[in-house]
Amino acid sequence: MTQATKYGKDDFAADGEVRWCPGCGDYSILAQVQRVMPEICEQLQLQRENIVFISGIGCSSRFPYYMKTFGFHTIHGRAPAIATGLQLTRPDLQVWVVTGDGDGLSIGTNHIVHCLRRNINVRILLFNNRIYGLTKGQFSPTSEKGKLTKSSPMGSIEHPINPVSFAIASEATFVARAIATDTANLRQILLRAARHRGSAFVEILQNCNVFNDGAFDSFAASAVRSERCIFLGHGQPLTFGAKGDRAISLRAGHPEIVNVADHPETRLLRFKEDSAHPGVAYMLSQLDEQDFPVPMGVFRCVEKELYGEALDDQVERAVSRRGKGDYHQHIRSGETWEVYS
Amino acid sequence: MKTPEHKELANAIVRFAGDSGDGIQLTGSMFTQDSAILGNDISTLPDFPAEIRAPVGTKAGVSSFQLNFSAGEIHTPGDRPHTLVALNPAALAVHLPDLEWGGILIVDDDSFSPSALEKAGYGGTDPREDGTLRGYQLYRVPITSLTLEALRPLGLSKKQASLCKNMFTLGLVEWMYDRSAGTVLAQIDRLSDRKKRQPGMREKYEEQARANKLALQAGYNYADTVEIFVSRYTVGKAKLRRGTYRRITGNEATALGCLAAATFSERPLFCASYPITPASDILHELSRLRHFGVRTVQAEDEIAAIGMAIGAAYGGSLGMTSTSGPGVALKSEAIGLAVMTELPVVIINVQRGGPSTGLPTKTEQSDLLQAMFGRNGECPVVVLAAKSPADCFATAVEAFRLAIRYMTPVFMLTDGYLANGSEPWRIPEADESPAFDPPRTISSDDFQPYARDPVTLARAWVVPGTPGMEHTVGGLEKQDVRGTVSYESGNHERMVKLRIQKIRGVVKDIPPLVVSGPAQGELLVLGWGSTYGAIYHAVRNVQKQGKPVAAAHLKHLNPFPENLGEILRNYRQVLIPELNAGQLRLLVRAEYLVNAVGLNKVTGQPFRTDEIEARIALMLGGDGDKAADAEACDASEGRGAAI
Repeated sequence: MTQATKYGKDDFAADGEVRWCPGCGDYSILAQVQRVMPEICEQLQLQRENIVFISGIGCSSRFPYYMKTFGFHTIHGRAPAIATGLQLTRPDLQVWVVTGDGDGLSIGTNHIVHCLRRNINVRILLFNNRIYGLTKGQFSPTSEKGKLTKSSPMGSIEHPINPVSFAIASEATFVARAIATDTANLRQILLRAARHRGSAFVEILQNCNVFNDGAFDSFAASAVRSERCIFLGHGQPLTFGAKGDRAISLRAGHPEIVNVADHPETRLLRFKEDSAHPGVAYMLSQLDEQDFPVPMGVFRCVEKELYGEALDDQVERAVSRRGKGDYHQHIRSGETWEVYS
Repeated sequence: MKTPEHKELANAIVRFAGDSGDGIQLTGSMFTQDSAILGNDISTLPDFPAEIRAPVGTKAGVSSFQLNFSAGEIHTPGDRPHTLVALNPAALAVHLPDLEWGGILIVDDDSFSPSALEKAGYGGTDPREDGTLRGYQLYRVPITSLTLEALRPLGLSKKQASLCKNMFTLGLVEWMYDRSAGTVLAQIDRLSDRKKRQPGMREKYEEQARANKLALQAGYNYADTVEIFVSRYTVGKAKLRRGTYRRITGNEATALGCLAAATFSERPLFCASYPITPASDILHELSRLRHFGVRTVQAEDEIAAIGMAIGAAYGGSLGMTSTSGPGVALKSEAIGLAVMTELPVVIINVQRGGPSTGLPTKTEQSDLLQAMFGRNGECPVVVLAAKSPADCFATAVEAFRLAIRYMTPVFMLTDGYLANGSEPWRIPEADESPAFDPPRTISSDDFQPYARDPVTLARAWVVPGTPGMEHTVGGLEKQDVRGTVSYESGNHERMVKLRIQKIRGVVKDIPPLVVSGPAQGELLVLGWGSTYGAIYHAVRNVQKQGKPVAAAHLKHLNPFPENLGEILRNYRQVLIPELNAGQLRLLVRAEYLVNAVGLNKVTGQPFRTDEIEARIALMLGGDGDKAADAEACDASEGRGAAI
């Protein structure tokens, strides 16, 4: 392999103007991605031209235009399908999908399920702002019940979908959640997603200051974050609070909040992101954000065969068993007959 | 009994019909293979219900397979069978109306139970006794009981043994057409050899092969010794062009054409499809080509399939998807994306009866306008259609050639009739291999994603991984040349026109339309797609009577060949037979202001030659008004005509 180029943040910022609303949470995600890319390239010995950002439709999906990599702004909900076709034919590329709660969990839900269960080697960043922004403020599949919007003037009557639960249930091999403005943690998660072999699903909580301002303030605002969020650590107990004095434990299969002081550390539930069973990860994803702290970080990171490698393996096995296909011989195979005239 | 007399025939049309569980398709297919190897020209028409096992013994559950084999060149499975084999009363009821007057009719005499007669709609009477079959050469053979008797030594269950009655029947027919049983026996062995390789299946398939061979031989010997048949027929070898031949269906030929495109363009082939009748066999065929590096994915839905194909094309592979009309409806938005991003993808639509789910196993040509216009915005693509099963090969190659050269999605239209029908295919020699444009070399200095080749107007295929040429494409309108997003009104109009001009410009790259018959005069019959054979024979029959009729057949439907307008204006009348309500006619009238007349049929069945011949005679016999009247009559009969 040739020596990888040394990149800086500016090497990933496209020339054009960024056109999100002033104050949009997408800006901080873009900045973080541009900033982390040089490190990703260095760690994985990647060249910029081998990185592709693919998106669907929505505010978040404008993302590829702002990256100085290869990019494909596709159609509503279908980015994972296009990314699949690209990744299976070009395993040399690092493919990122950028989607939103409407694009990825409403019109395009189906493709994400199949991308995750197949373990296609792509990174999916789902920007969740719990609202439709580009169409100017209708409720989204992640909006809370009762949400008042232009299309739900009496309140939304839909139960929201939980992106992390959805990804775990879809057998994703890497599932994480981050807050757009929590730059240090977001950076770590982006790095880990980049290094993961297989589908990496990252929900990024992102504020839409125009149509759903303050959607995550009750737990994601920096002032309350340490009290209202749990930062998952592999092999660590599920402690939270500024002093780490409380923890999530299980009693008879149900989660409860306990005082660490009352529990010897050895008896606390220790979280494992690579557990063979996704049960605890799923339980954590389902914690009610009114009564429990909201988990952030990596919920799941396991190894599974890559679809692309299995496909390539079939190609290799077919070649070794039957020999490399010979076109002229192949079209003459089967029962043929000669006509002399 | 007297010795049967020998008769030499120019061609013979045989139709096997029975319950959908009777193995009719296999029987027909084996008889066809035998005919092909014996040197006949062949053309086949399989016809089966959409249900895997429709209710036993009903008319809805009848499956049939028709073969036309000939000592001369043929292009259709033939209008009316000379020989009809009906394995139950329902098959008789469905297919008797098509049997030629005086034709040979073989029935399984054991199958005419009162309940079977009832299910076939013969309530209360028996067609064998009540004069219904007068006028045909009826052979009542107790096929089921003779098969059971023949297989008694194998000790099979009655159910298992009776499954072999199709082979007994094939033995009868093989004898009647003066063949030896040997080649079919060899086919049975080859089929079973393939199946036996599955683990744990050896014994089962060996037993099955033994039973099938015994039944076949028994049928053959029965015909030979009992001498029930009055005549024995021979059909001589056809004079085909010198070469190596194999029998091929439309779907097989399509898959091989795609492989040829990959081989000679030196690009990897990637096919993503969602299973759909009657297109699935293309996915099946390509999935067996892993040793060529062909990658196939059974996608989660039709939209994912085209999405993956576009992703593969974006990365530099030959991206394709195979489907039928309902699938194309779902893919429309993504095809628009490929038009906007100017990526080469090939969409194969094996058309079937519509609208909606329609008639999944029946043929129709009713997706031409969908291919032309079925997308939002001004969204032109190249549209091609294959004219025969073997022609699907060349059409698939052409689809990829134009897709790559012009950086555009290309529709290839076939249909259920071509997909499952078969004919001999002259295998191209090495020196007849198709030529593809070599990849264009683009310099990274001042690279512009939407800069165009001055001749083709195509943009360059710059794939991810190309250093210094990082750029983003997408479905938003593009700034001319630069390829950035642009909402500017003048630019949008320029880009719409450029996309239209690019597709119109393909005309420089396609051969002029060829007319067979007089270059000008009274009547031109213009067709497209799978109606080729029926039109060819109808026009030739009328020409043999010395009448002034010409024929032309379109492979390129968008754009049309450059000389089409001129040709149309050389004739006083134009007839367009189509298996739809007049879609090509609509395009031709709109484009050339020619008063073309339609012959339209939407029964799920291909045209018979005599249907087209009759309309030609009507148009030549008098004035166009009569044909127009006939067209109106088609419409009132619900056969669909004037739009």
